Amino acid sequence: MVETVHAPSQGTFGRILREPRALFGGLFILFLIFCALSAPLIAPHDPLEQDLLLEKIPPVWQAGSDPAYLLGTDGLGRDLLSRLIHAARISLIVAFVAGILACLLGTTLGLLAGFYGRWVDTLISRLVDIWMSFPPVLLSILLVAVLGSGLHSVIVAIVVIDWTRFCRVVRTETLAQTKLEYVDSAVTLGMPRMRILFREILPNVFPVILVLLSLEMGIAVIVEAILSFVGLSVSTDTPTWGGMIAEGRQVIYQAWWVLVFPLAALFLTVLAFNQLGDGLRNALDPALRR
Amino acid sequence: MWYRILLNRLILAAVTLLGVAVVVFVLVRVVPGDPIAMMIAPGASEADIQDLRVRYGLDLPIVQQFTVWIKGILAGDFGKSFSLRQGVVGLVVGRVPATLELAGLALAIAMGLGVGIAVVATLARGRWLETLIDNVNGLVLAVPDFIWALVFVLVLGVLWPVLPISGRVDPRLDLDLASNFYLAEAFFTGQFKLVGHLLTHMIMPAVALALPLAAIIARVMKGALQEAMLQDYVVLARIKGFSRLRIVLQEAMRNAVVPVLSLTGVQFTFLVGGTVIVERIFSYPGIGNMAIDAVINRDLPLIQGLVLAFAIMFILINLAVDLITIVLNPRLRHG
Repeated sequence: MVETVHAPSQGTFGRILREPRALFGGLFILFLIFCALSAPLIAPHDPLEQDLLLEKIPPVWQAGSDPAYLLGTDGLGRDLLSRLIHAARISLIVAFVAGILACLLGTTLGLLAGFYGRWVDTLISRLVDIWMSFPPVLLSILLVAVLGSGLHSVIVAIVVIDWTRFCRVVRTETLAQTKLEYVDSAVTLGMPRMRILFREILPNVFPVILVLLSLEMGIAVIVEAILSFVGLSVSTDTPTWGGMIAEGRQVIYQAWWVLVFPLAALFLTVLAFNQLGDGLRNALDPALRR
Repeated sequence: MWYRILLNRLILAAVTLLGVAVVVFVLVRVVPGDPIAMMIAPGASEADIQDLRVRYGLDLPIVQQFTVWIKGILAGDFGKSFSLRQGVVGLVVGRVPATLELAGLALAIAMGLGVGIAVVATLARGRWLETLIDNVNGLVLAVPDFIWALVFVLVLGVLWPVLPISGRVDPRLDLDLASNFYLAEAFFTGQFKLVGHLLTHMIMPAVALALPLAAIIARVMKGALQEAMLQDYVVLARIKGFSRLRIVLQEAMRNAVVPVLSLTGVQFTFLVGGTVIVERIFSYPGIGNMAIDAVINRDLPLIQGLVLAFAIMFILINLAVDLITIVLNPRLRHG
């Protein structure tokens, strides 16, 4: 059974802070946001500056390194640390923009389906069923083939494929909330239905949405990395972790570090979003723990 | 009863396939940017472009294009690839066995690993080993196959180079095989040295694909096994003095097989989807790798063929799962 969930309050915030996984995930993502925002200030070098005399310098703790290049340089002599910091921008843009858009679309439809029921629910639920029967990989191949490569295609592909994740769960939660007494009371009081939905029900479904959003952002980061790995995301002038991994794959026998650092950044970021999501789930809603 | 369910599923499969075909056709025709423009050298004359449009049927009205296209498909003609200048059917059929063998191997690994871990965790209930398994399982679930594949390339291919990191076979090898099912054919014709060689190439991509599925199987199976361990018949077996391992394998397992199998079926389609990027990382010559090239080159006929090939695979997997569920579920079988 779904219990009544109260909107996040001071006490909830304290519970999130006491959840070690949420804390680790949240702090790491804050750190990433800081890196992305202040990239031009904190990056020691221009991420695009090539110097073929300085190619494949190993990280500082290895023999033959150069202290000016903490994590070494890639096959074109570009500073890895600076590229890593700048690349966080693309990953976070995709995570937030695609995540939030998918969330808005899926949540709106889920709220409407769960609250209004009848033909609205039938229509939206069928749409979700049909959508989900189409394997995500096929859909993304087709979408990118149609839209061409680029950041906008990556974002559109993620939103078009993943809104169903939000819709299904939000619909179920809304349906459960709609059956609770406070909604009956609000109806009896003559509150407008839209107001009940967005002012009364939405805050109670919000914790679930937050958990899904965090997990979705992790997925978005991976999808962007995969598409930039195969060269279907932003142009190669812009540093991305996926693009750096692809470059690292090519010089893997001569310079393993070119692959290792972006891979580690991607791994930690995905893990952070996941841990944040799991931690939030534990802190916000014990009924969700499965 | 069961044959009606099966008939229903078959009709549903046909409808799904038609739906995919229509979606593919429509999506590909609304492509912004002219695919012909990508095929020819810059500076080609207007007449040349028109010539190509006619040759690929792109000058006809869209409804007519669709009838031509669907007729062609029903006759097994998917057209010619723009970029490779060969028939799409031949290209796709040549590559499908590689992907099937990789996905099949990954499925076997995932099931073996998942079941093994679940049994160990059930036996280790309440001890530190169970906690360790749960934590590792959670970590494995959080990390996608893309990252596993790259970690394997780095660790087992480069830092401690024990396995080859690209391709399906060593190109210097002279293969004496009639089909493209290298692994199966080598196995059944008794060329075990070749089987070993093929496995060294396939093991890393297969394990990368298998790990997330293994973690899911292990989690669900562990739940089912532990639930079964509390049942009366298991308690009875314990009183009779059977060993815990035997009880888990013989008694509890029976309870866990059906939920795990139906879950595996659904998750297997995700694994097949994962072959696209994993094949890319290992330069493995399957249809996933080909699909990425097709998208990069905007090779529309090839993309259509590949997407339909994937769709057929997904539909067959779902059908197989339905069949197995019917076979394992006595109520449906005898109803």
